[in-house]
Amino acid sequence: MSLTLPPKEDAGRDPATFSGYEPAHPTRKGFFTDTSVCIGCKACEVACKTWNEVPEDGISLLGSSYDNTGMLGADTWRHVAFIEQRTAVRAPAPAPGVDARDGQGFRWLMSSDVCKHCTSAACLDVCPTGALFRTEFGTVVVQQDVCNGCGYCVPACPFGVIDQRKGDGRVWKCTLCYDRLKVGDHPACAQACPTESIQYGDVAELRRRAADRLARLHAAGVDEARLYLADEEDGVGGAGAFFLLLDDPEVYRLPPDPVTTTRDLGGAWKAAAMAAAGMVAGIAATFVKAR
Amino acid sequence: MVPDVTPVDVKTYYERPVLKEPTWRWYIPAYFFAGGLAAGSSLLAAGLDVRGDQRAARHARLVALPAITAGSAMLVADLGRPERFHHMLRVAKPSSPMSTGTWILAAYAPAAGVAAATDLLGRFRGARSASTWAAAALAPLVATYTAVLVADTSIPAWHDARCTLPTVFASSASAAAGGAALMLGAATGAGAPLPARRLAIGAALAESAAATAMERRLGPAVRPAYEAGPPKAWGTAAKALGVGGAAIVAAGRRRRWADALGGLLIVAGSLCERFCVVEAGKASARDPRATVAPQRARLPA
Repeated sequence: MSLTLPPKEDAGRDPATFSGYEPAHPTRKGFFTDTSVCIGCKACEVACKTWNEVPEDGISLLGSSYDNTGMLGADTWRHVAFIEQRTAVRAPAPAPGVDARDGQGFRWLMSSDVCKHCTSAACLDVCPTGALFRTEFGTVVVQQDVCNGCGYCVPACPFGVIDQRKGDGRVWKCTLCYDRLKVGDHPACAQACPTESIQYGDVAELRRRAADRLARLHAAGVDEARLYLADEEDGVGGAGAFFLLLDDPEVYRLPPDPVTTTRDLGGAWKAAAMAAAGMVAGIAATFVKAR
Repeated sequence: MVPDVTPVDVKTYYERPVLKEPTWRWYIPAYFFAGGLAAGSSLLAAGLDVRGDQRAARHARLVALPAITAGSAMLVADLGRPERFHHMLRVAKPSSPMSTGTWILAAYAPAAGVAAATDLLGRFRGARSASTWAAAALAPLVATYTAVLVADTSIPAWHDARCTLPTVFASSASAAAGGAALMLGAATGAGAPLPARRLAIGAALAESAAATAMERRLGPAVRPAYEAGPPKAWGTAAKALGVGGAAIVAAGRRRRWADALGGLLIVAGSLCERFCVVEAGKASARDPRATVAPQRARLPA
């Protein structure tokens, strides 16, 4: 069964179970990307490209801070975003005799974006060849010997992750280093990240860690910290790769309230059925005898 | 309900798009047109068959087959790996309108083929009849599943129009079929039958009305996809050609030149509407506000 909407029963939230793997399959694996400790070094981009032999797709600086990848794509599976922001100065009161610095401070937001490996994955739902499939780890992977490059997954993804590779014809995206996972290794990006901004592990454990980290940030007065895609009730059923952000998602090029398009498929077919019936009725009406 | 949002207030990442544009080339809107033309023609053929107008029914059958053949060829040509087109037949996934459509086409195209072939051969009346009706039964799905296909994406201009696009596609398909019947009737000198004439005029007007309604019902952050650039040009052309063609046919009082010209304009209008919708989808994907504004509006402040 290829539907990936998680059912509401107890066992059903796990995408691998829902996709028909035996109960003894590995626990769900994913990423917790804590952007509050990202230093923008791009080791993740380099490690990913090196391990997966991803082709070079331009190394120009784009004029938006230190971003040189722009967005995820067929040839960019980890994309580090940089956002330069004016902020209110949050420094404690200066020492007596020191001039106070009112108002304008500055900060960078840095974040390593990646395929979300959604619980309810639109790319997987729409793939007409079965090339996109759910692995035993709960991740979403493209089988390159099956994909015929129809490109339907490209506009289906609510995050703009997957794309068609130029000169190749097929679509490519992050595999969560499926080959490394199979032998018990960590994905290349998580292995390379020097600050453990990218944490790899069991999704359940990562969610606990993320909740804990969020609580500590809030206690320290970082009120704008929030988790993104950690909630199973959200529009994609939560994601295997979720984030801790320090501003609204759209600031990082992420959709604020993504919803898997499959949720509205029933309504679309209903509208099509009505239009189809109208077409038959309309054409039949033209045959009514004139006066 | 679509919330009323002011796009200006939305934050973006340096104005970069959130979504990816579809990589589909001109083959895809051209297929939407060709598939619709075939579907409308198959329905027309069945009705004319019942009415006993075999000459006109033949015309309709002989439009449907080349249209669906060319359309299918274009679908294969657009693939990144065309030689793997048969991989579509590996699965039957109800969650994928493209998978559903593959199987609809796999049933419809042979039916249209048998209907045309038996008609040309002048034999196998039973097979001609059965295949004509099989094609007609599948035709409404062929005409509308493509609207479901584009609506089942994250592209705001498509997804938000999921309730109205099927009507646009169905009326466009019907108009193209009527227009083609008028053109063939004029070319052969025999004239088109009254149902085809009514269909061409009525469906062309319905198509323009449906397209206008579809665009108007989009929220203010999403509608701009249709209001500038290539989508606006294609959309204006589609409406002008459709309405203009219908007017020429109606006013022409069955004169050959009026049927031929009006029919041609109506067919061209249907093609333009398909390009309008696809180009609007690409523009919608490129606009981060179209994605962010409606989503931000439905979240608690």
